[in-house]
Amino acid sequence: MSLVHVLEVALAVLVLGAAGWTIVARSTFASAVGFVSYGLLLALVWVQLAAIDVALTEAAIGSGLTGVLLLSAAATLRVTERRSGAGPGLPMRVFAAICCGLVTAAIAAVVLTLPEVAPTLAPEAIAALPATGVGNPVTGVLMAFRALDTLLEKFVLVLALIGVWSLAPDRCWGGHPGLKHRLPADGVLPFFARTLPPFGVLLGIHLMWTGADHPGGAFQGGTVLAAMWLLVMMAGVRDAPAIRERWLRLALVSGPVVFLAVGLAGMLAAGAFLAYPVDIAKPLILLIEVPMLLTIALALGLLVAGPPERAAGSS
Amino acid sequence: MNALLDLFTIVAVTAGAIFFLAGVVGLLRFPDTLSRLHALTKADNVGLGLIVIGLLPQSGSLYAAFKLLLVWLLVLLAGATVGQMVARVARRAESRG
Repeated sequence: MSLVHVLEVALAVLVLGAAGWTIVARSTFASAVGFVSYGLLLALVWVQLAAIDVALTEAAIGSGLTGVLLLSAAATLRVTERRSGAGPGLPMRVFAAICCGLVTAAIAAVVLTLPEVAPTLAPEAIAALPATGVGNPVTGVLMAFRALDTLLEKFVLVLALIGVWSLAPDRCWGGHPGLKHRLPADGVLPFFARTLPPFGVLLGIHLMWTGADHPGGAFQGGTVLAAMWLLVMMAGVRDAPAIRERWLRLALVSGPVVFLAVGLAGMLAAGAFLAYPVDIAKPLILLIEVPMLLTIALALGLLVAGPPERAAGSS
Repeated sequence: MNALLDLFTIVAVTAGAIFFLAGVVGLLRFPDTLSRLHALTKADNVGLGLIVIGLLPQSGSLYAAFKLLLVWLLVLLAGATVGQMVARVARRAESRG
């Protein structure tokens, strides 16, 4: 067994250990922390499988953003859990365990019955890549070959945000999401929230830009931008904007709207919905990705910020 | 010259790894949150620093070396901030309980 194999086995054991610990941990908060470390370890597994794009997404969204969502949910649930006692009873736990076991068994069965050489469209995708003008096959698939999926994904993001907003009480509608974070302006976190974002914003834009030819893309870049924005909001450096702001809503829909417009223009210019004329495919993809970056950053940030809890104009 | 640089890398990275090991031992063995945090931040700051310095001769280009240093600086910044915040929560919890 070579050294690489030893490391791979160690990594697999760590992932399983983190997953098991996440399940058996007693407190919800500890489970959420376990889930974050599980996601980071999983990102290393994807790196080991040479799927850098997936690793970036797993680290940014699967671990980072979902982790923040779970942590804030755990913080919100703390009061309820203390009042209601130990949490779900034994029958509920057994039922959940059986359901999870069945899902795991089904996935394992599917994986084990896969043919030795899995059917793949990868060679065709690589062969057609030059026509899109981008060099990263993952970006080529996301932005050209399967652009419809990516377009629908943006709609889902905006719809999810509307779903979160609809939880707002009537008097807070149109107001500011979440609680107002009051921290001393010279504290550690506000200092961090002033120092890190210049690097983070640069990295986010770089990830989107470099996604054309290297691992990266609008989703990973947008997540980094959202994280920087959340840091600024949570440190109390800038308050979350009122959700009735016109600029906010325009920026939120700009991604899907530009995508849809380019897609419809494709019907006239290239003969099919979401088809790009070959000579200007690359500029068109960039034209779509820039507002998409904005939409993803805003939508993810606002999803974590939560439903409006303060009326607009109040502080 | 190359052998010397390789030797430098091996020494520095090994020293960094020892700091990480010491940090893990401290994390597992120290009695209270503040001491554990102390062990952890030393491993992060000095251990990673030594590994980065050790890797500099192997990075091949000035650009890659600069990126390595930047990663270290950002981890220093994040580690110092998170250490402070965890310590504050721990102190508040201790004074309450």
